Amino acid sequence: MSKQQANWSPYDNNGGSCVAIAGADYCVVAADTRMSTGYSILTRDYSKICKLADKCFLASSGFQADVRALQKNLAAKHLSYQHQHNKQMSCPAMAQLLSNTLYYKRFFPYYAFNVLGGLDSEGKGCVFTYDAVGSYEKVGYSAQGSGSTLIMPVLDKRLQSPSPLLLPSQDAVTPLSEEEAIDLVKTVFVAATERDIHTGDSVEIVVLNADGIRREHVELRKD
Amino acid sequence: MSSVELNQPKNSLSEIQRTQYPYVTGTSVVALKYKDGILMASDMGASYGSTLRYKSVERIKPIGKHSLLGATGELSDFQELLRYLDELILYDNMWDDGNSLGPKEVHNYLTRIMYNRRNKFNPLWNSLILGGVKNGQKYLGTVNMIGVHYEDDHVATGFGNHLARPILREEWHKDLSFEDGVKILEKCMRVLLYRDRSAVNKLQIAKITEEGVTISQPYALKTFWGFNAFQNPTAAAEGSW
Amino acid sequence: MFRNQYDTDVTTWSPAGRLFQVEYAMEAVKQGSAAIGLRSKTHVVLACVNKANSELSSHQKKIFHVADHIGVAIAGLTADGRVLSRYMRSECINYNYTYDSPLPVGRLVVQLADKAQVCTQRSWKRPYGVGLLVGGLDESGAHLYYNCPSGNYFEYQAFAIGSRSQAAKTYLERRFESFKDSSRDDLIKDALIATRETLQGEKLRSSICTIAVVGAGEPFHILDQDTVQKLIDAFEIVAEEDVPAAESGGADDQSAALEEGAPADQGAAPDEGVAPMDI
Repeated sequence: MSKQQANWSPYDNNGGSCVAIAGADYCVVAADTRMSTGYSILTRDYSKICKLADKCFLASSGFQADVRALQKNLAAKHLSYQHQHNKQMSCPAMAQLLSNTLYYKRFFPYYAFNVLGGLDSEGKGCVFTYDAVGSYEKVGYSAQGSGSTLIMPVLDKRLQSPSPLLLPSQDAVTPLSEEEAIDLVKTVFVAATERDIHTGDSVEIVVLNADGIRREHVELRKD
Repeated sequence: MSSVELNQPKNSLSEIQRTQYPYVTGTSVVALKYKDGILMASDMGASYGSTLRYKSVERIKPIGKHSLLGATGELSDFQELLRYLDELILYDNMWDDGNSLGPKEVHNYLTRIMYNRRNKFNPLWNSLILGGVKNGQKYLGTVNMIGVHYEDDHVATGFGNHLARPILREEWHKDLSFEDGVKILEKCMRVLLYRDRSAVNKLQIAKITEEGVTISQPYALKTFWGFNAFQNPTAAAEGSW
Repeated sequence: MFRNQYDTDVTTWSPAGRLFQVEYAMEAVKQGSAAIGLRSKTHVVLACVNKANSELSSHQKKIFHVADHIGVAIAGLTADGRVLSRYMRSECINYNYTYDSPLPVGRLVVQLADKAQVCTQRSWKRPYGVGLLVGGLDESGAHLYYNCPSGNYFEYQAFAIGSRSQAAKTYLERRFESFKDSSRDDLIKDALIATRETLQGEKLRSSICTIAVVGAGEPFHILDQDTVQKLIDAFEIVAEEDVPAAESGGADDQSAALEEGAPADQGAAPDEGVAPMDI
């Protein structure tokens, strides 16, 4: 064994879970607020949700420094977009931009796991889910991050969305009402907190609908 | 490690030295918000591996009028950072236009530096704490060698994260007086002194408020080494050593 | 136009110590339709006159949103103004990226002026042909600057540039002392009146002017046409009752001010007879 010394990695995993659910006329985006490294909690009140445009929210977990850099990058690009086009970017446009931004750093990736939720130009809920290097898909609901393996199957069972193999393709939005969807989000976060040590402290929920944007905060287990 | 080596171009043009491990390091810094501002504490030791190489190093420095910086980790990298910040503040003052960089701006700038250097696989080997007050707004944040950063009511680097923050979470509240704040910090530093082998009993506590920065003269904490577990550490674990 | 042997490139001095190319660039500012700016302690209002090139075309945009705390009104070559506002936007974005806070207005103005100055000292470049009124807010308060092609910049309480701007300047010089404590709406009203002064016999309508505001708690934005028309109607109605007198009085004041000229010392107002290098 060679000399014992401190070593470093350019990446860390700061944990956390993100969920988004799209409905016919609403969209719910949620993430817990714990930030951790290894077994240590760094802070209990760090928001993983970022407002990218009027009707477009991004929830991301993974390596916090990369996540923040990604958010700042998108914010700057969105500002340029507004200067050039005199309007807010639509959610599907932002989804494509996010994919391109992630893919651009394909060989030194942003270690970030994203769900993008918002309303499309018709006011219908839409959710996009990503991997770290930019491949993405439009879905009706999604979960990402350290608790995603616990949350996703629950969403699959409860939301029973039509198979993407059906022809002609059917809308991916969930049949749940807004209240039911918010309740479901609270349930899955309470459940994930029980078993995932990187998820907890509190969950921040953003609800988008025709009336505008509403935020909720629910406390979770702190241990 | 292997992935790091793969990413390093080996042609002669880019044969530059990078910090792959630290040499002389300082240990924890602890800081908290209190009624009128920010309090920050750190000891004055710096280790060369397991040798206590320096015993009178100031690891808390004022940055401009509104900020206070504390550093854990490689001492030379900290000094390089101070050179960057001196230049930054100098140029900021040279505008002489009534605008000045506050703690939030300095913290964000530091975060950009740290993250940028990690992107070049040439990190500054530090965990930093930045505290300050500007326009009645208290600010306390931290950033580490790979750019992970956050704000909180109390923060700590290195061992402080494991040993001091549980105490802070237990005892901190937002209208802490100066005296109570110092008491909590001393309690944290004492625990660190007992349990962190690279900590030394010579520390400074710094205060920053709307009025400005004051850094205390170095002083020592009263310690008690007569605890049974200190005198006979293996008594409760017979046969383990 | 007169010509002389010292005006064929920017880097050649005349024996009298003038740079003619730079002065010609300053003339370009006066050709453009007027732009006006005024500020109180908390707000800056920018206004401009929109002139369409032909009956068949619309007018060009002369007020630009640079960042939420900075806006700019231009007179002169619109194309140059557009390029410079793009530069200013990107500087604001970059500063915000590094410091997570808005770029102080005065610093942006210096960067902009330095950029313009470079063009007065390079043989292969041409000075920008545009004057910019930069209005914005930062921690030291509300600011209004005028940047000109020579690379000079000045801070103002109120200013007007472009064609027939002298009339607006005269109005502003008469009133500027009260601006400091003006309300936002009074500032807009003064901007509209100053704009009207620059119109030659034409009636002030929302279709021929643009108004923009930035202030405490109010990010930079251009007022929409309906709002502007309502504001115009509001004060035109008041004006009809008591202003015929004031208006004739105004004309007197104006000619008086012109006679007194520069000695009246609103140091701001450049005397048109003197070499424009003073600016």
